[in-house]
Amino acid sequence: MFACIHVLLNIFRSLCMFTKTSLFMEQPELIPHLFRTEYRKITVVLCKLFGIDHIEIAEDIASDTFLLASETWSIKGLPPNPVAWLYTVAKNKAKDQFKHDAVFKQKVAKQLQYLSPGNEEIEIDLSDKNITDSQLQMLFAICDPSIPVEAQVGLALRILCGFGINEIADAFLTNKETINKRLFRAKEKLRIENVKIELPADEEIGKRLETVLTTLYLLFNEGYYSSGSDSTLRKDLCLEAMRLNYLLIDNPSTNKPFVNALFALMCFQSSRFEARTDANGESVLYQNQDANLWDRELITRGEYYLNLSSGGNEISKYHLEAAIAYWHTIQADTKEKWENILQLYNRLLQIEYSPIAALNRTYALSKANSKGEAIVEAEKLGLNNHHLYHSLLGELYSDIDDAKALSHFQSALSLARSIADKALIGNKIAEREKKIKRS
Amino acid sequence: MKEFLFVFRNDYKAMPQGSPEEMQAMMKKWMDWVGGIAAQNKLVDRGNRLTSGGKVVKANNVITDGPYTEIKELIGGYTLVKADSLDEATALAAGCPILEVGGNVEVREINPM
Repeated sequence: MFACIHVLLNIFRSLCMFTKTSLFMEQPELIPHLFRTEYRKITVVLCKLFGIDHIEIAEDIASDTFLLASETWSIKGLPPNPVAWLYTVAKNKAKDQFKHDAVFKQKVAKQLQYLSPGNEEIEIDLSDKNITDSQLQMLFAICDPSIPVEAQVGLALRILCGFGINEIADAFLTNKETINKRLFRAKEKLRIENVKIELPADEEIGKRLETVLTTLYLLFNEGYYSSGSDSTLRKDLCLEAMRLNYLLIDNPSTNKPFVNALFALMCFQSSRFEARTDANGESVLYQNQDANLWDRELITRGEYYLNLSSGGNEISKYHLEAAIAYWHTIQADTKEKWENILQLYNRLLQIEYSPIAALNRTYALSKANSKGEAIVEAEKLGLNNHHLYHSLLGELYSDIDDAKALSHFQSALSLARSIADKALIGNKIAEREKKIKRS
Repeated sequence: MKEFLFVFRNDYKAMPQGSPEEMQAMMKKWMDWVGGIAAQNKLVDRGNRLTSGGKVVKANNVITDGPYTEIKELIGGYTLVKADSLDEATALAAGCPILEVGGNVEVREINPM
């Protein structure tokens, strides 16, 4: 089973050179990257070892390890194997903590007895297998029904994904203080409820999986759409979401149809990574992408998991989104394609409304039916504060009423936050201005 | 926001049976119409269609059979929407495809118990 994960991980790594090249990055970029990938591994293994009561000590040890890394590496240069260096330091720090903090030792002793009876020494197992196991179990511990869903998502982003508090605040469109409070309360609750870091019982898994999938979905989207920051591509986040998702597929008790559907969705979306930015690092809109750059292997993989997801009677939003993403892997602008996408959005919106789905549905409507019909529908959406709403109307009015199109693109520009979005809208404005001048 | 019930009525017996293509085109219109309401975040429950058969239970153990041949306007289905006012709900109903085939939509505000 674990060999399987390694094979898959290796495929991911070779598919996405980003992971490999990161090892040769300059040091200022390497530490944040390692922080992203290793901090949570260290935290989760230590937390599993100490018990949920001591989650903060686990986090502190992981943080201290990185602090020492940045100090030491800036003076002595990079060690030959930075990850191994981090693990050794983390292990030593944990052992020190155990040796010198009598209260902690006493408290943890019970947990250690529970994990490995008869063993007095603290053993820190940072093997891939134990990291994998601990992460899957921690995923479910965090998604305990005793804490609110948004706090579960926040904790997962923090502990399993190594997100910074600022990034989590961005993802939730709120501030740092709110997130800190939310995470503090959630950890408190996990302690009070004495939540065990283990897989839930079979009868509970279905319901608990829903929250887990929401978390993975958010994580993937944070990487794919990267709301708060200007770096448009954050492949490693998407890869992490896929890796965690694959852990669920790889375990028979969590391998449900909607888990496969979400994985298919992620495969289809990430197949367009290389095509989404040009040589200057600027975003390329879907319709302008070079389909030769789409990753056929990920698309095939997506089709495979989409097929697997069709077992069972339930159609989740992940099924519908995966099917929409599937149609987007066919670039030809046919009526059939857009009619299918439109109907999938019609159903998706009935399951769960979201402004983005409403906007995308209206774009599909313009392609499947007509621009005129889509304009009428778009103006009913009431999303005036959304830059994408004005971008859509700008698009729909283009060549029909260019003055109106221009004014919508200008509204979009004033509402857009990211540099990438502003650049795209700027191009649209220039296009319309040219067109108006010529006429 | 308040909730409203759409009741779809038509003379289903008088309706000509369309070709499969026509049926599919009609289905698409319904899907697009409901999708449009959902895209405004005003759909509560798509509801269901009703089959034409049925019974009416009256006092004194009187039970009559459906379909009700004497009723020109048979209830064929229902949908639940939400809106700020009856006018807004009525505007949502205005695009219903049933209007194209001689039917009508009754819009009723729900009075929660």
